[in-house]
Amino acid sequence: MQFVIYLSFATMSLAMVIIFIRLIIGPTLPDRVVALELLASVIVAMIGAYAIYTDTSSFIDVAIVAALTAFLAAIGFARFLERGGPRDD
Amino acid sequence: MIDWIIKLLMLSSSIFILLAAIGVLRLPDLLTRMHASTKAGALGITLMMIAASFHFFDSVVMAKSLAVIIFILITAPIAAHAIGRAGYFVGVPVWSKTVKDELINCYDPDSHRLMSGLETEEELEVYRQNLDYKPRIRVSSKDKKD
Repeated sequence: MQFVIYLSFATMSLAMVIIFIRLIIGPTLPDRVVALELLASVIVAMIGAYAIYTDTSSFIDVAIVAALTAFLAAIGFARFLERGGPRDD
Repeated sequence: MIDWIIKLLMLSSSIFILLAAIGVLRLPDLLTRMHASTKAGALGITLMMIAASFHFFDSVVMAKSLAVIIFILITAPIAAHAIGRAGYFVGVPVWSKTVKDELINCYDPDSHRLMSGLETEEELEVYRQNLDYKPRIRVSSKDKKD
């Protein structure tokens, strides 16, 4: 069980590194927003894995709040992009 | 037995998330990247939450993880739609091998109105007449009278 948990942590960390590369090189701002949203998804899944790892069920609440803030951030960025504003990719 | 189910769910969840990350890095275009990230990411979160609810096997934790799953399944398409719409209208270039772009002349960047392309001439006339009355920034009714 421990080995599988460590393996899934390693896989998700690798995914975070790959998403960070896209976040840095992303040619336009919407690409970066997509990368940030996927990063938030990875964080939610990682919180779930951490709840299994530490055997603490309260971390599921943290996952709910993280998903909520990620959604609000995505909607806010989309509104900001569509309604204009100073932008320099 | 249930240990093996949890292991399988966790491994497949992390593999789906890794696939989503690789798709975001490798695909050529904003829309195709979004296609990779939303679906595979939502599936990864769903599998991980099912694994957590199997691990704790408690009705409260099951309800919470079900709430997370439903929330993700509702909000991920909405956020993807909002970002895709904004990105398309801002003018993010699409992939050079894109076959079809049906929205290409349907959007008016001044009034933020999206035409369907099937409007009758009367509707277009009404729209053109009302074009000057629509301010880009919402103003209060007191300022509009002046």
